[in-house]
Amino acid sequence: MPQRRDAAIVGIHEYPLRVVGPGVSAIQIKAHSASKALEDAGFSWKDVDGVFDAGEAPGGGGLGISEYLGLKPTYIDSTNVGGSSFEFQANHARAAIAAGKCNVALLTYGSISHSERRAIGTAGPGGAGIPTLFGNMEDTWGMTLIAGYAMVKQRHMFQYGTTEEQFANISVVTRRHAMRNPEAVKAMTDLEFVGVKEITVDDVMESRLIASPLHLLECCMVSDGGGAVVIASAAAARNARKKPVWIIGTGEATKYRENGGDITVSAGAQSGPIAFGEAGIKPSEVDVLMAYDSFTITVMCMIEDLGFCRKGEGGAFVSEKGRLHFDGHLKPVMNTDGGGLSSNHPGMRGIFLLLEATRQLRGESTSQARNPKLAVAVGNGGQLGARHATGVTILAAD
Amino acid sequence: MTTQRTLRPQPRFPEQDSHHFWEATKQHKLVYQTCNSCHGVVFYPRTHCTHCGSLNLSLHESKGRGAVYTVSVIMQSRHPSFKDLGAYPVAYIDLDEGFRIMSTVVGVKDSVKDIKCGMKVKVRWEDQGQGGVSLPLFEPA
Ligand SMILES: [Zn+2]
Repeated sequence: MPQRRDAAIVGIHEYPLRVVGPGVSAIQIKAHSASKALEDAGFSWKDVDGVFDAGEAPGGGGLGISEYLGLKPTYIDSTNVGGSSFEFQANHARAAIAAGKCNVALLTYGSISHSERRAIGTAGPGGAGIPTLFGNMEDTWGMTLIAGYAMVKQRHMFQYGTTEEQFANISVVTRRHAMRNPEAVKAMTDLEFVGVKEITVDDVMESRLIASPLHLLECCMVSDGGGAVVIASAAAARNARKKPVWIIGTGEATKYRENGGDITVSAGAQSGPIAFGEAGIKPSEVDVLMAYDSFTITVMCMIEDLGFCRKGEGGAFVSEKGRLHFDGHLKPVMNTDGGGLSSNHPGMRGIFLLLEATRQLRGESTSQARNPKLAVAVGNGGQLGARHATGVTILAAD
Repeated sequence: MTTQRTLRPQPRFPEQDSHHFWEATKQHKLVYQTCNSCHGVVFYPRTHCTHCGSLNLSLHESKGRGAVYTVSVIMQSRHPSFKDLGAYPVAYIDLDEGFRIMSTVVGVKDSVKDIKCGMKVKVRWEDQGQGGVSLPLFEPA
């Protein structure tokens, strides 16, 4: 099947601040980012006819954001599957454009999780609102989001012999990239990281346990932030200021707790092959991998489940010298913006995967790979090991 | 080894799917369902089979024996019911009858070191007080 090139990312913006203070709201971050991303594309407000919105910001949602921004879209999608919402939305935008339902799609994200001191992943059960089946079976145990990921890591180590050192390598390379990104350095400084510097495997392993076996330096930050992406049809993309970054393959899938299920296997094992099949490429050809790094284990599962290596061999893969680093000799480079671990994680990180993948294919990254042609953004939303959704978006340079 | 008794968030009702599960705990019975059409194991409780959609299910009592599938020890939680407890484990237990339940593991010295994947465990009930449910905890078998 020939590779389809009917929709492309033509405009991007990443909101530069990770600590916004009391004067800025989430929906303002969305509007600011929309304005900047359209400027990046060379498009105007009135070019937008498709609006995609997860409803994460108060006052938002497909309808609310349209009024707030002052847009009159004829195509609306309010998909929210947590952190991977933006891969799902980009995939849906591409499908809508290919079907002729819209020409210029706008995706925005805004969050003030840090300023609101919203504790992502440490709060445990709510115990409020209308009782649900899942709440009634789980809340009494004090389960937290981080512990959910930790349980996957525990099982991964048991099942495949993956070591703490191997997991730590993911944090180490991500921090190295972050230290090259001025916005990430400012983020870590503003968020008062202990030691805004490159880290070692020992640093990671000696950082305190948050939920065993996950250590502090294996967990993402909680920041403010946001961004926007403009996706255009092939015809509209010809009028954009910069070279289009084509969406050539898309996949989405869900997974959840199942009796007898293998929690080390994510929904990416299903959505990955769908996307690669559509793009007509193999993981070994990918130059840039933007893998959702809520925690080190998330990255490990995404790498394996998308087929960059065999299941259970991710530990060796991430530890291979020259791999993942922006200047390494082995494909792919990974999380070159500094990731959720060290640059930006306001709760739903998926949009930043699209942004950095696009910067790489344009040659605009602060840890630029050498002339990359193919990038993969894989977002994981919800909770790995329990109910989650993995969206895969494969991108190609013009 | 002490376990806290009434601090945990309790299941709340009306909640139609989990009602019979928690009612059975008052008699220290750990119940699960199977499908009369495809014979699949259904858990958490439902009124339909999650494998084939059949509405014809049977209720069974588990012997309460199984193995730790995986575990994490939460070093600190901000939730009011847990924040004073210090570290506590949360685990998935695979029961011998083929269903997986979230619970905790008690009766070990060092939660981080002593609870391992594959470890054999059995249920230990923790009554929540007058008229309340009983929680199925697990301990080394
Ligand atoms: Zn059935």
